[in-house]
Amino acid sequence: MCSLCGILLRSHWAEEGTGRRERNFRVRLVNQVLAHYGLELGDWGGRTYVLRDRKGKSAVVADLGALWAEAERLAERPLDPLDPALVASLRRG
Amino acid sequence: MAERLPVVLVTGFLGSGKTTLLSRLLARPELGEAAVIVNELGEVAIDHHLLRRVDERTVVLSSGCVCCTLRGDLADELRDLLSRRTRGEIPPFRRVLVETTGLADPAPILNTLLVEPVVQHHFEPGAVVATVDGVNGLGQLDRQPETLKQIVVADRLVVTKADVAARGAVVRLEERLRTLNPAAELLEVSFGEVDPGVLLAPGDRDPRGIELGESDGHGGEIRAFVLFLARPVDWSAFGIWLTMLLQSRGADVLRVKGLLDVGAAGPVLLNGVQHVVHPPEHLDAWPDEDRRTRIVFIVRGIEEAELEESLAAFDAAARLVG
Repeated sequence: MCSLCGILLRSHWAEEGTGRRERNFRVRLVNQVLAHYGLELGDWGGRTYVLRDRKGKSAVVADLGALWAEAERLAERPLDPLDPALVASLRRG
Repeated sequence: MAERLPVVLVTGFLGSGKTTLLSRLLARPELGEAAVIVNELGEVAIDHHLLRRVDERTVVLSSGCVCCTLRGDLADELRDLLSRRTRGEIPPFRRVLVETTGLADPAPILNTLLVEPVVQHHFEPGAVVATVDGVNGLGQLDRQPETLKQIVVADRLVVTKADVAARGAVVRLEERLRTLNPAAELLEVSFGEVDPGVLLAPGDRDPRGIELGESDGHGGEIRAFVLFLARPVDWSAFGIWLTMLLQSRGADVLRVKGLLDVGAAGPVLLNGVQHVVHPPEHLDAWPDEDRRTRIVFIVRGIEEAELEESLAAFDAAARLVG
């Protein structure tokens, strides 16, 4: 529910129709990616997320669609899934 | 919730035959109950089909279609159509056709349909139809970047003026179109004569039937390829990967369209245009025995191997985490 206009908004397409277990799994998986950039995502009440860096800066993000732009802002660099260094880091686990 | 009404976009470069196509469609009873939003009412040849004039920018045709001019913002116009339909000022309609301007990029329009709070509850994106000038199309592809965007976004490509264009030129144009957007259906049309049922059907062509054209080297950096995945992909990993890819490379990922095996009984039907992804459909069953994942990518300056390795790494991470 959008608190401003009172209208039920569609979930983000990548999070539609999934439960708490999937949400927790998604957070763990996103954190595998974010670890490469020194960032960490936490679930906030099952509705939104909190993104943090190692220096204590944080940002609230609504969904996966909003996550990456905010992560780029906190990391102060582009986050490219095609970056070979990230790909190698994911392979190493 | 009431069924969402499909909004079909009719796009195409200036002079490529959008208005002729719409004029002919409006005369066809098979168009059914439709509201058609055009750039300029005076340009659409509908006088002999006119039933009544609602106001200076809206008319009702003898077929029952409502035809009106777009004043400014499409979301406002769609909300206004709903209100006027509820008040009984205009006949009911089951779909909306929107004529975009010749220079329009369809992606922001699709985004409006998917994210605008009121609009997203009453409407959904239908097929994107792009007209391409059979005579001048090849030249426009080389000179007009807007034309390229319209072509890669389209579900249906309508080559117009096929009767007056030289046959060889039409064949070369169609080869080029197949290379740029193998996911689209190609139709040849003369004088705007086309079956509305074929033209306006949902744009959910099974990507398995797609055949890639041989690149003639004229597509610039834009190229299309199909990514095959040998085994089911983790749906969460795919969502994380694609959202990240669209954030960082969205301007260069012009189109993503495919059927994904996510390990469920049926596949996920995926359709994305630049940063805009339609809500994926989780289908109950596969259309046939072939259950391989196939995703068509139309990209600029991105290599197939890069995408494949990156997606495989995200999928492998999901198996480690899970």
